[in-house]
Amino acid sequence: MIEFRKEFFADERDDNLNEVGKPTRRQDILGHVTGRSPYFDDHLFDGLLHIRCVRSPHHHARIRRIDIAEAQSMPGVVRVLVGRDVPRNLNTLLSLLDFGIDDEPLLAETKVAYKGEPVAAIIAETEAQARAAVARVRVDWDVRPHVLDVEEAIKPGAPVVCEVYQTNKFIYHGKYDHQKLRYGDVEAAFARADHIVEGRYQMSPIEQAPIETCGAIAAPEVNDRYVCYTSTQALFFSLGTAAKMLTMPSNRLHFIGGTVGGGFGGKVDSLHEPIAILGAMLTGRPCKFAWDREEEMQVGAPRGAERWYIKDGVARDGRILARKFTGYFDSGAYTRLSSYAIIKGVGHLPGPYTIPNVHADVYCVFTNRTPATAMRGFGITGVDFAIEAHMDKVAEAVGMNPIDLRILNSYRDGDMKAHRRVAKNTALIECCQVVADKAGIALQASSRAASSLRDGGGERGRLPAHTALDQKGTVTGIDTGGYARKGGAPGRPAQPVPMPGYSMPAAATAAPRPPAQTPARPAATAASVASSQSTTPPPPPAQPANTTDRPRQGAMRFSSISGLRRR
Amino acid sequence: MAKTPIVFVLNGAERASFAEPGQNLLEFLRRGVGDLSPKYGCGQGTCGACTVTIDGQTHLACLTLAESVTGRRVQTAAGLATGATLHPLQEAFMENFAAQCGYCTPGMLISAKALLDRNPNPSREEVVEAISGNICRCTGYEPIIEAILAAAKGRARA
Repeated sequence: MIEFRKEFFADERDDNLNEVGKPTRRQDILGHVTGRSPYFDDHLFDGLLHIRCVRSPHHHARIRRIDIAEAQSMPGVVRVLVGRDVPRNLNTLLSLLDFGIDDEPLLAETKVAYKGEPVAAIIAETEAQARAAVARVRVDWDVRPHVLDVEEAIKPGAPVVCEVYQTNKFIYHGKYDHQKLRYGDVEAAFARADHIVEGRYQMSPIEQAPIETCGAIAAPEVNDRYVCYTSTQALFFSLGTAAKMLTMPSNRLHFIGGTVGGGFGGKVDSLHEPIAILGAMLTGRPCKFAWDREEEMQVGAPRGAERWYIKDGVARDGRILARKFTGYFDSGAYTRLSSYAIIKGVGHLPGPYTIPNVHADVYCVFTNRTPATAMRGFGITGVDFAIEAHMDKVAEAVGMNPIDLRILNSYRDGDMKAHRRVAKNTALIECCQVVADKAGIALQASSRAASSLRDGGGERGRLPAHTALDQKGTVTGIDTGGYARKGGAPGRPAQPVPMPGYSMPAAATAAPRPPAQTPARPAATAASVASSQSTTPPPPPAQPANTTDRPRQGAMRFSSISGLRRR
Repeated sequence: MAKTPIVFVLNGAERASFAEPGQNLLEFLRRGVGDLSPKYGCGQGTCGACTVTIDGQTHLACLTLAESVTGRRVQTAAGLATGATLHPLQEAFMENFAAQCGYCTPGMLISAKALLDRNPNPSREEVVEAISGNICRCTGYEPIIEAILAAAKGRARA
């Protein structure tokens, strides 16, 4: 049963909740219990064709030749698709938000970088016929060495997984081979710490495993349009991706989704829609492309595995003075959404704790594993596992109860976080107190008396007087694309927004902005996490300025992922 | 290869359609007959989303040859309601939030109905056993078990 503790933050709360905590009927449940909810595959078409992919049996191989002649003459085969049939056979999902370089083909043409990567697609009258023809496609493979470990992958001489990223590392902001976080000076704090606590944490990839496998059905519609019924979790994302890869205006695509048989993040990759629509375009008939269960498990993109190294400098009394992260996010063979997961994760560091010196280098690494993608809290969940396991290790090192240690180091309202926003509505202390009660653990009197509402802010709300910066991992000569930037020059942001408190290149300050903006809003300095070049500490935070005078424009409104967040 | 004519009883009504050679009952019901309530989840007999009853016994439609239902009585979730009147299990699933994405629900309902038909007052353990072949990924099993028990209680009172 859900329990609401109204004694917490009673003066802040205005929660005569109308819905939360009360039983309610789902609006779609009548369809669910009668078997009438329309999932993508519940749309019947006469003459439906079935698509099955020919997939790589190797982790890494060059394709010398694909021979489709025999497959094409198999019974029921209507058409065989290969990479050259795809109008724009290279994409990265977040190009729609102007983030990252096109790196992944829909159907591989020259090489494969993970086991199960598709190289051809059979379109046949029945699924059985499509399967039979898949077995008759002859691919002449030149098997290459592969790399499956993130740290092996970034060593010199490692096999290049994805040609676009020659060092097997995603390039952030066109500048760095990792996502940086610099807050204070961890090395100086380590020097004066009583304990140094280090740990290495590794999580596994996790398959979302929806009961409905991913798929789409496309069919020619009137007015030279195509209808696409899809299991996507991201209808407009899939629409935009299909329009891009098929070089077709999106108003010729009629996407219908909304009823999804479980997704958990695994249905955002937009792989099925372009192939199904391409099939419908080239055959003039309805085409279904769906994974079977084996494909869902083998080539369905999982939550990516993460490896974290954490080093803490801790005072004798349990206060954590500094925390340094080195993270390796296993993106698999292509970027998909891992680059974004890292930005989100780095914004979360060092967890729900107030630590005055924080440093992180987080790498999005390409390996010859199945590409990773979204899954429930990705980017946060993995590092939270590392952080919380590490908190227990720190507690052991200083001889404290782990819950007391967490309360001692907990963030409180008004504290400055390492991503340069002031914490508010914090509740870790209260959560810890309730957990201790439930588990029957006796807390120190100071932990019992602590509150998220007290003793935060002040000195704890100020940015560090000195932040140690460096240019480690600087990359030059990277063109970061610009698909979504209409009229924007490749490789440069179309609308660079100056960050108050940080010097910007002269060219960038020419971007339109209201004059005399109050340069005090902590939120506005978020980009400094990624790319501060300044050695001047930013001013202390003040009350949020009125920012209603800044209109949202173009791709900028989506750019929270690229560190240029504006609200 | 020739298609096979199949005459059978679906949810109480006689139906006739042609099955493709080697077609399984799931594809036959969905594409041949147009009953879309059984779902494809695995095609391997592990997830239970395609559960139907044949002459009152639960079967996995994906592992059943379509031809084998000739002359037999098949029930799917689409036939649980009587006109606009829902089956008590359907009402109980709605009341107890026993479906989230809803994809496993038709199979769950059929497994539950097969249980209540032979055992109108099952124990919690018997309910758990009855749906042990049906995988749910998002709702969670507790609300489903509660719903089936609630339906059984409602029926006992009637």
